[in-house]
Amino acid sequence: MTVTEEAAAPQIGQERRRKEDQRLITGRTRWTDNIVLNGMLHLAMVRSPYAHARITNIETAEAKAMPNVVTVLTGADVAEEQGSLPNAWPITEDQKAPPHPSIAVDRVAFAGEIVAVVVARTAAEARDAADLVDVDYEELPPALDLKEAAEDKTLAHPDLGTNKSAFWQFDSADAGTGGSVDEAIEAARRDGILIEREYRQQRLIPAFMEPRSVVCDPTGEQLTVWSATQVPHFVRFFIAVVLGVPESKVRVIAPDVGGGFGGKLQFTPEEAITVVVARRLGKPCKYTETRSESLMSGHHGRDQWQRLTLAATKDGTVTGLKVDLLADMGAYLGLVTSGIPILGAFMFNGIYKFPAYQFNCTNVFTNKTWTDAYRGAGRPEATYAIERMMTELAAEVGVDPLEIRERNWIKHEEFPFSTVAGLEYDTGNYEAATEKAKRLFGYDELRAEQQRRRDAKDPVQLGIGVSTFTEMCGLAPSRVLGSLRYAAGGWEHASVRMLATGKVEVVTGASAHGQGHETAFSQIVADRLGVPFEDVEVLHGDTQIAHKGLDTYGSRSLTVGGEALVKAADKVVEKAKPIAAHLLEASVDDIEFRQGRFGVRGTDKGLGIAEIALATFAAHDFPEGVEPTLDSDATYDPVNFSFPHGTHLCAMEIDTETGGVTMRKYVCVDDVGTVINPLIVAGQVHGGLVQGIAQALWEEAVYDDSGTLVSASFVDYLVPTAADTISYGVSHTTTPSITNTLGTKGVGEAGTIASTPAVVNAVVDALRPFGVIDVRMPCTPERIYKAIHARDGADTGGAPTVGAAGPHFDEADTADRTAGNDSTDQNGSSL
Amino acid sequence: MIPAQFEYVAPTTLEDALQALSEAGDAKIIAGGQSLLPVLRMRLNAPEVVIDLGRIESLRGVRDDGDAIVIGAMTRHADVLTDPLVRENAFVITKAVEVLADPQVRHRGTFGGALAHADPAGDLGAPALALDAEFVVAGQGGTRTVAAEDFFVDLFTTALEDTEILTEVRIPKRAGWGAHYEKFVRVAHQWPIVAVAAAVRVEGGTIAEARVGLTNMGSTPLRARAVEQALVGQPATDEAVRAAAASAAEGTNPPSDLNGDADYRRHLATVLTRRAVLAAAGA
Ligand SMILES: Cc1cc2nc3c(=O)[nH]c(=O)nc-3n(C[C@H](O)[C@H](O)[C@H](O)COP(=O)(O)OP(=O)(O)OC[C@H]3O[C@@H](n4cnc5c(N)ncnc54)[C@H](O)[C@@H]3O)c2cc1C
Repeated sequence: MTVTEEAAAPQIGQERRRKEDQRLITGRTRWTDNIVLNGMLHLAMVRSPYAHARITNIETAEAKAMPNVVTVLTGADVAEEQGSLPNAWPITEDQKAPPHPSIAVDRVAFAGEIVAVVVARTAAEARDAADLVDVDYEELPPALDLKEAAEDKTLAHPDLGTNKSAFWQFDSADAGTGGSVDEAIEAARRDGILIEREYRQQRLIPAFMEPRSVVCDPTGEQLTVWSATQVPHFVRFFIAVVLGVPESKVRVIAPDVGGGFGGKLQFTPEEAITVVVARRLGKPCKYTETRSESLMSGHHGRDQWQRLTLAATKDGTVTGLKVDLLADMGAYLGLVTSGIPILGAFMFNGIYKFPAYQFNCTNVFTNKTWTDAYRGAGRPEATYAIERMMTELAAEVGVDPLEIRERNWIKHEEFPFSTVAGLEYDTGNYEAATEKAKRLFGYDELRAEQQRRRDAKDPVQLGIGVSTFTEMCGLAPSRVLGSLRYAAGGWEHASVRMLATGKVEVVTGASAHGQGHETAFSQIVADRLGVPFEDVEVLHGDTQIAHKGLDTYGSRSLTVGGEALVKAADKVVEKAKPIAAHLLEASVDDIEFRQGRFGVRGTDKGLGIAEIALATFAAHDFPEGVEPTLDSDATYDPVNFSFPHGTHLCAMEIDTETGGVTMRKYVCVDDVGTVINPLIVAGQVHGGLVQGIAQALWEEAVYDDSGTLVSASFVDYLVPTAADTISYGVSHTTTPSITNTLGTKGVGEAGTIASTPAVVNAVVDALRPFGVIDVRMPCTPERIYKAIHARDGADTGGAPTVGAAGPHFDEADTADRTAGNDSTDQNGSSL
Repeated sequence: MIPAQFEYVAPTTLEDALQALSEAGDAKIIAGGQSLLPVLRMRLNAPEVVIDLGRIESLRGVRDDGDAIVIGAMTRHADVLTDPLVRENAFVITKAVEVLADPQVRHRGTFGGALAHADPAGDLGAPALALDAEFVVAGQGGTRTVAAEDFFVDLFTTALEDTEILTEVRIPKRAGWGAHYEKFVRVAHQWPIVAVAAAVRVEGGTIAEARVGLTNMGSTPLRARAVEQALVGQPATDEAVRAAAASAAEGTNPPSDLNGDADYRRHLATVLTRRAVLAAAGA
């Protein structure tokens, strides 16, 4: 008997518990920092306390003399070898960018930049010695404020002569995708509605759970590098390109990785330095960042000013949208820094039928940590802008915010739809998702309660926030990336290996770091090949095993990597057919494959896939001219993005006496196409919601006016915990995508994208009777309180976050220690 | 993050701990380590010796001492939270500990450690002050008692000498008083932006006695004496309490930081005081 005869219901769609969770939750796994190699040395970084300064001298003798210190290297010591860290997305031909050394050589451009590395036999000794590296700085004026930097008042990189890195425009009239936005605006000014707003996307920190860590072993024929990264294939490529090691001599392994949210989509200075040092000393080296280092110098996200102009007719039909962005690059261009705002360029029009659209973006340098991908990357910014604006339009017209959306959105019968931004949305049904969300939310009931509270002048007011969204994910069709001047393609690779015992090894080029690929991919392969879920092993994250891949980000793993996997699995079946025909003494044309069994049409003869695998392994009795293997590969380049969408509804209670906010209810109905595993999808949505809500209410990276990150620990950078969440109503409609076999769409970023505007719209909705039309994010109680009382003469809730964080530790302790010391080197190396 | 090297001693008696403290040139006491360890790990301080009080049994636990209850300095927040003596006689402390940090911190951090640390945003100072707690302090020369008024000197500064150890805190019993601790935060695990500790004795609908302490409204915990006085003899109604609470910020000097400026904090103090008193009065 073969397993296939008892083949159960399809795995796709089942709530399988995640295979990987037992080891991840119990810690019975290996994170990069757990790796210990014989003779391994440890690195500690000396970092600049200044946002902008010239390095005039570095004294390393004292540090070198410390016990068990092997060496101390400065930028000058590795200037030749270290090259310049890569920017893979020069968005314009004349994009300006400073060189980006891993260790600063003569100038530092943000607080936290590495100026020296100490190598010792233990991590503690390296850390102790790092405190003794004496760096002399000559301070330079820092460019900190984004708007001021855009005016070149102070230069972040004097040699560039400007802070403007690039200007990028999309214009629907030029592109032939729509009309002239300026004409639309003029018309609206004369005889319609014109909404002009400026919104701030605050700076955020990805704040993944596992700090980044890298180990490099140079002792074998190949350099082996373990890194807590989302992108082992990228890291391998850049070790080759930046450091001049032949690619074939580099193996990169991403073992279990504890979260990324885009924050580990990078080739980091620390990775480069660890490789440089290990090669130089010929010994394995490890570097693990501290939490403080992670928050200060791991790349940040968002940080934009958005100037928006929306034109509409008097009845609220949109006629044009103009977007002017200032995007803060921080001090350098990391891997995709410059392209992040451009990922939003195609999404500001959202789900609406704008006849004219223009997007302008100026990328600006400042002396702050560089920004780069952070969950949603460009699309949350766009969704925030349009969903805030549509709500403003509704207020202006005097209709319900859902009604204004319905008037303007693409109707389900209008798909596929070519948008004003030049994308083709394949499928969607905004009406269905919205209808379901309204029902689950109890929309009308909550609106009635809101009115009652308003009438009663209740000190606790209720606000209802609406956000729809769509996003382009499943990054990405290679030709599109090429047209946007991105350096790589967007395909993904998979292979399926049939083992002699009937087990299946699946190799994917995607690189999971918490998503649950092992489970979802097992479900797909189980259905495709008719093998038990448990018999599928998913391998990833090692460039020697998964030799081809473009890794995990942009909600691409399932829509792109999953499709590659489907294609590879289907090839296995095709390869097995002639073998089955041979063994069953039938014609190939008569072989039919169902649920793991190759049967002969019209007979009860057949063989299970495991039997074919064993027969192929033995190859004793094989058809002439057929290779004895079932193993198959596929590389899939998506034909289009995938366009999940959804409607999110949020009710917030605002305590008008304190400005305190309490989330009352949150319902989202997301259409993510075919759901492979509802449990994983729910996890992604819940986590995404919390992350997006956190942008609306809690998180902000704040610098003081000398360029020091003051929200530099979790005391002040307020990442929510489970205690700050409510039970979210998570539901779905399903309109399968038609651009991949399984009908899936991305879900990794959806929750994050829609929740931020839903929450802020709810806050503003509650306050509108007080004359409030905006509260700057994060919507802190102080800002809300001040917004409510703005009419009494207080400020408006739009003021930037200022002031240092309140200390919770004895500052006198610090003073004690630094008394009599040069405080510079204390600061310079203490974090 | 790795602290600088230090020597570690874990004496089992108070005498040995005091001895070690006076012998070491540069020593730090560690209780629950919830505040000290971050300091060491971020290298804000690097003492030569760390003296752990964790093995000194006599410093742990809550006991009845006639007209007062006595909380040992090394009693963990989680044990204070569930202690029936505390609940009955110093309910405002129970209410404050309930919202202090998170469960992990409450199972490590100690009552004495939190008070000795004297973070003006710490949740225990205001209740201790409001209840007229007495701090029992041991040194090599013997033991002295410091009134709460005198214990909190400044930011992170108490009346404790470098060579002294806080052994226990005596709190006069206030059985039958209503109490509430109103803490205002943005996320659950945060130190208070402002908090108000209120304990009141209500007789036949009238406030007979009131104690009100303020957290994070200055460099030390503060008593809102003007509010206390205004409350006495008033009915426990919203209107009366609102009027009394209006003076909550009098004489305070709150900080301005990421979570709010001083003016906003002064405003919060009045709102939170009203709410705390009304809740304490059961109104
Ligand atoms: C994540 C987090 C959140 C927190 N949130 C809050 C909060 O919301 N509210 C709040 O009030 N606190 C909060 N805390 C602090 C917590 O209450 C600590 O437990 C407390 O401040 C210190 O207590 P400890 O026993 O850990 O003392 P330790 O950290 O061991 O010591 C603190 C200081 O007191 C000294 N010391 C300790 N015991 C004695 C003694 N018996 N005699 C003399 N000196 C002594 C030490 O030398 C040290 O200087 C938080 C802490 C953390 C880590």
